[in-house]
Amino acid sequence: MKYMLMIYGNEDVWTSFEPEAMQKLVNETDALLRDLAESGELVGAYGVSDQVMAKQVHVTDGVPAVTDGPYIEAKEYLGSFTIVDCESLDRALEIAAANPASAFTQVEVRPLMHESASNP
Amino acid sequence: MAADGVEDLLRPLAPQVLGALVRRFGHFDACEDAVQEALLAAATQWPRDGRPERPKAWLITVASRRLVDRLRGDESRRRREDATAARVPSDALFSPAADDERAPAHDDTLTLLFLCCHPALTAPSQLALTLRAVGGLTTAEIASAFLVPEATMAQRISRAKARIRDAGSTFGPPPAAERAERLGVVLHVLYLVFNEGYTASSGPDLARADLTAEALRLTRLVHHLLPDDGEVAGLLALMLLTDARRPARTAADGSLVVLAEQDRTRWDRAAIDEGTALLATALGGDAPLGPYQVQAAIAAVHDEAADDASTDWAQVLALYGVLERLAPNPLVTLNRAVAAGVVHGPEAGLALLATVADDERLAGNHRVDAVRAHLLEQAGDLDGARAAYRQAARRTTSAPEQRHLEGRARRLT
Repeated sequence: MKYMLMIYGNEDVWTSFEPEAMQKLVNETDALLRDLAESGELVGAYGVSDQVMAKQVHVTDGVPAVTDGPYIEAKEYLGSFTIVDCESLDRALEIAAANPASAFTQVEVRPLMHESASNP
Repeated sequence: MAADGVEDLLRPLAPQVLGALVRRFGHFDACEDAVQEALLAAATQWPRDGRPERPKAWLITVASRRLVDRLRGDESRRRREDATAARVPSDALFSPAADDERAPAHDDTLTLLFLCCHPALTAPSQLALTLRAVGGLTTAEIASAFLVPEATMAQRISRAKARIRDAGSTFGPPPAAERAERLGVVLHVLYLVFNEGYTASSGPDLARADLTAEALRLTRLVHHLLPDDGEVAGLLALMLLTDARRPARTAADGSLVVLAEQDRTRWDRAAIDEGTALLATALGGDAPLGPYQVQAAIAAVHDEAADDASTDWAQVLALYGVLERLAPNPLVTLNRAVAAGVVHGPEAGLALLATVADDERLAGNHRVDAVRAHLLEQAGDLDGARAAYRQAARRTTSAPEQRHLEGRARRLT
């Protein structure tokens, strides 16, 4: 079963780290991802850019309009996500808890939908 | 692999070649890599240069050299010798007894299955390793079937092999005391492969239908090796009786068609006949009754009914009762609740559902909500049914099923 682990945060969270502490966080995350790759559970892990890089695409009458933003007043927004293919929800939660980010912000775990029917 | 028949020739040979190698050299993990390389070499060379007279001997020769070279780390010799392997008469390399005796090759295949379904491995690893070492599929094919990157699957397979090595497993049948339990794991893995493939619907998942065919082929093989085992026959029958409905499971627009609404004229009659005959033989034999045989019997009751209304639901209900005693599981009780709803009325179904709804093993399972919705709809509680269908739709991770359940909810408004 595939799960998406999403780490949310905001500027306050990300800028609260001293450079050394940030590097430690990065190294710990890298180590976790290496372990997951080695166990054959890692499908992919990506950080997403800052909100200022976000674009919105909306098509009206066949004409796409692209706007910057959103600069919504969200308290927290998506910072990075990891997709794992693991044995159970419990294992996905264990992986989420192993992520160093879970110590200071929450990691959201959601099963990924699939194009399979479970009904005979 | 090339789609010109070479693949069909190679797959049955894969476990035989691997078995011969492991028997001779040990080192299951290194042998498995060598056989993969030999299979790839065959897939590219045979269509171009013609098939060798004795394909199995060719594969054993090439795989053995790859293995020896790997152990010696001699890359250049490898390329030189592979080119000549096809020209060397195999008799010059092996006595016929090494690869012509049927019995050892077949025993090897079974031993390999036991090894790949080693209890020290996780289920995803057992599946992957079985498909590669016994099924002869490439890592890329397995990765695409399970919708994960090839690197992920390659890592899963090499980890699985390392675990088997670390567990100190030797190449031989499991001890007599463990045999029944280990065969149970093998059958479960084949069942999982089948389910993984059976759930194919559309788009990028089309490749997954191959997994169904592969599961059927491997289960047929095990049945051929153990013809008197009732559960092996039961599993094969269950697969045939379930797969027979595949043509009717999907509508023209790709949406899901539930069993009650399927066009039964589109079911595969030959598969149903074969499954029913297998099951009759198994049930008539001396082997003890097991869960796969009972599940196959339930599938057969459905497959033999001309339409949903003429289904012998009393029989289905009785069989779920038998299955529950053989292998107690809240999901089985859930299915029994559906059958009880038809035979004794929706209230009886709901009462049975209530006995397992709070079972921890079903926590958050959308099937509970879907069955409740179905029974409430029959009982005439349309508001309750609608809410339960919506809840089921929110909880399932299957996109086609979600669309189906949402459609049910909408229909009741």
